[in-house]
Amino acid sequence: MKTIKNLRVVLIATLLISVLSACGSKNNNEPSKEASPGASAPSSASQNASPGKPKDIELLNVSYDPTRELYEEYNKSFAEYWKQKTGGKITIKQSHGGSGKQARAVIDGLEADVVTLALGYDIDQIAATGAIKEDWQKSFDDNSTPYTSTIVFLVRKGNPKGIKDWDDLIKDGIQVITPNPKTSGGARWNYLAAWGYATKTLGYDEAQTLDFLKKLFKNVPVLDTGARGSTTTFVEKGIGDVLLAWENEAYLALKEFGDEYEIVTPSLSILAEPPVAIVDKNVDKKGTREAAEEYLKYLYTEEGQEIAAKNFYRPRLQSVADKYKDQFGTLNLLTIDQDFGGWKEAQTKHFADGGTFDQIYTPGS
Amino acid sequence: MTFLRKKDRVLPGLPITLGFTVLYLSLIVLIPLVALAIKSAELSPAEWWNTVTNPRVVASYKLSLLTAFYAGLVNLVFGLLLAWVLVRYKFPGKRIVDGLIDLPFALPTAVAGIALTTIYAPKGWVGSLLQPLGIKVAYSPLGITIALIFIGIPFVVRTVQPVLQDMETDMEEAAATLGAYRARTFFRIVLPELIPPLLTGFALAFARGIGEYGSVVFISGNMPMKTEIAPLLIITKLEQFQYAQAAAVAVVLLLISFGLLLLINILQRWSNRRLRTAKGG
Amino acid sequence: MGGIVTNPRAGKSKPIRPHLTEPRVVRYVLIGIALLFLGLIVILPMAAVIAEAFRKGWDAYVSALSNKDAMSALKLTLLTALIAVPLNTLFGVAAAWAVTKFSFRGKNLLVTLIDLPFAVSPVVSGLIYVLLFGAQGFLGPWLSDHNIHIIFATPGIVLATMFVTFPFVARELIPLMEAQGVQDEEAAVSLGARGWRVFFKVTLPNIKWGLLYGMILCNARAMGEFGAVSVVSGHIRGETNTLPLHIEILYNEYQFSAAFAVASMLMLLAVVTLIVKSILESRMSREEH
Repeated sequence: MKTIKNLRVVLIATLLISVLSACGSKNNNEPSKEASPGASAPSSASQNASPGKPKDIELLNVSYDPTRELYEEYNKSFAEYWKQKTGGKITIKQSHGGSGKQARAVIDGLEADVVTLALGYDIDQIAATGAIKEDWQKSFDDNSTPYTSTIVFLVRKGNPKGIKDWDDLIKDGIQVITPNPKTSGGARWNYLAAWGYATKTLGYDEAQTLDFLKKLFKNVPVLDTGARGSTTTFVEKGIGDVLLAWENEAYLALKEFGDEYEIVTPSLSILAEPPVAIVDKNVDKKGTREAAEEYLKYLYTEEGQEIAAKNFYRPRLQSVADKYKDQFGTLNLLTIDQDFGGWKEAQTKHFADGGTFDQIYTPGS
Repeated sequence: MTFLRKKDRVLPGLPITLGFTVLYLSLIVLIPLVALAIKSAELSPAEWWNTVTNPRVVASYKLSLLTAFYAGLVNLVFGLLLAWVLVRYKFPGKRIVDGLIDLPFALPTAVAGIALTTIYAPKGWVGSLLQPLGIKVAYSPLGITIALIFIGIPFVVRTVQPVLQDMETDMEEAAATLGAYRARTFFRIVLPELIPPLLTGFALAFARGIGEYGSVVFISGNMPMKTEIAPLLIITKLEQFQYAQAAAVAVVLLLISFGLLLLINILQRWSNRRLRTAKGG
Repeated sequence: MGGIVTNPRAGKSKPIRPHLTEPRVVRYVLIGIALLFLGLIVILPMAAVIAEAFRKGWDAYVSALSNKDAMSALKLTLLTALIAVPLNTLFGVAAAWAVTKFSFRGKNLLVTLIDLPFAVSPVVSGLIYVLLFGAQGFLGPWLSDHNIHIIFATPGIVLATMFVTFPFVARELIPLMEAQGVQDEEAAVSLGARGWRVFFKVTLPNIKWGLLYGMILCNARAMGEFGAVSVVSGHIRGETNTLPLHIEILYNEYQFSAAFAVASMLMLLAVVTLIVKSILESRMSREEH
């Protein structure tokens, strides 16, 4: 009797484990099944095996929130280009989320072939685990940043509060919407732009600069966790007088929500560089290096740059930049490397625990 | 009441059920949680202590505990009322109301958060009515409490309801025949029997509230020291790639909830036993 | 203590005897307060979801639901619930039996541990599996060498869901079986019934409603879980997105109506399970009478 009971325990345990592992192994097959769409090609199982035909390739691009529209368009264009060039089929899967969260997913084993994130710091963190080579930023032109952006103000139609520049943001009765720099890459650019402006206009006095930022954040009623969340708070919930946003996000909001808003360009802003990189560990494992490299290089071509510009990112290529120069106002731009000593320094000074951002909210300081 | 003592021997199935319970519990819950504790132990004791006693972290613990407690209290009262109304009274549309109770579980927490913010934001359906009265719901601790009430209400109703349904009415009947007032009958006869499920429901709603994230971040406003909940701080630490610090904050949160749950379970078992002895005697 | 074996709990709706209820006014007031509370806290948000879902009309609603990514998210969500709910039900019954029919040392601790997943922040419940199975985690390197995918794939999503919905069935059954005691089963055993028979013939009929409630709650929560799944999913479109994650994506793409349309589908799934429940309920009570 007793042995029978024990047997049952073992039986149930095995059942449990086998169910779990069964769904594990099933999933391993799933991507390949979806890569070759079974509906259109009935003999999809044998397709990959035939040696004559070029192999079907699948890439995973792990990106941050505001690039959804950009890469949706870009992936189509690249797939066509790839087909013309090699005759093969390429499928690009997308994953979007907060930049830091996405970097963490790659660190924890999300098998991205390429990462296209909001700031170099996040890619540096992946590189620190060895998945990306250390000097990744030299792999492609222009600091591995095929397109740039900057931080602008989005205000309500007619600019009822007369917001023109950063020092308008610290006035009484102005509500400023920005995401939390601790959880959002875009918000870090916002914060640094404000810091840079305050530093320059207040004669490089750190205490006064911090005071400026304190006043600014006193006017912030809600700190959303991501850039998109802030845009929604400003646009959908109707909260706040001014939204600090990526230039591309501000234009997209204009496009999506019509003429209820307008963009104000401050006298000084920051050159936001969202870089791209190949995840060496994953492409070597999957054998997709060639395709991944081609994918990122294509961003620098005329077609790639055109798509970036259409999606309100500032192109690097002069010919495309000239074509779209009416769209993007000229700005005085700080850069992270020259004005803030690179991401590592900026991160430690401003956003790490006990950094300037924490000091803003610590009582009594 | 002799069966209490000899029940171990009579009924079958202890080894298999207990064995399976412990095995499954270990695989799904305990081992992963131990991993969390091990991760947080990567910090030196001093670092660990500094992380969890940082003023912002402490403020967020306080906020999470208080809002979850208030929400639990509100749910205790209204959950009992709802369960009572649903079991004892007949009214049109009762089935539908009964079904609606479960919906807070089915709705993804993020959707709940967005929907609640839509309603209680200064320009929302209800928020715009409360605004002139000077009541700010969204982006204040009150908003967090409302989100937690939403999340927790099914817990109380669904633990009280089955017990109330199965409750014998003999005692009530006897009390009524003896001329006791209805309210007195309720507080003397019915309520004591409901204390165990009420406690359970409260504990579950409360514990769930402490950890809730998805619905709260939308309505809380996330202002450090004021409306920043503890789970958000965990996310914040993770965003800075500080896994160990995040784990430390999580471990403390976990210990608080575990302690509270343990206390309430002991209390519940104790009241249960007292109840049964009282009934038997 | 008479009449136990004949099972007085079988009949669901008892006739309300006038001396066992409150005056009509009190009744109406109580019903009114209960409904008002439910209206403010539960119904209004639901109404907001539905109103938003149909803001762009019926066609937009249908196209949001028939979208390819929405369909694959639905499939994944159903698959997840299909694995997590039966396993947790099995566990719940076993745990409730062990806890309520026997007394042993450490029972309070065990019950509390069963409750624990409720108290764990969804954020943490995702994180623990990342710490365990992630590339930097304890088992990560081994899994990677053997090419086994757990997190950022279906098993991780199932595990996180199982964790979050772990206590539901057990939690529903424990107070119920506690209140019922062990007399019925003991009577059956003394009459010569054994093992599974006792459970199926005596215990199950007594607990079936609690069990069903537990499963429905477990299922609802399994399909609606957001936080924990978000951590382990990797958000790959059309592959590892569940319905709640798909909703988030749509919302972040400014497709508010589509997001709420998909959310209303989740509400619909919940309603369907409730309808199934009431059909079962009425059929069972008919059989009994």
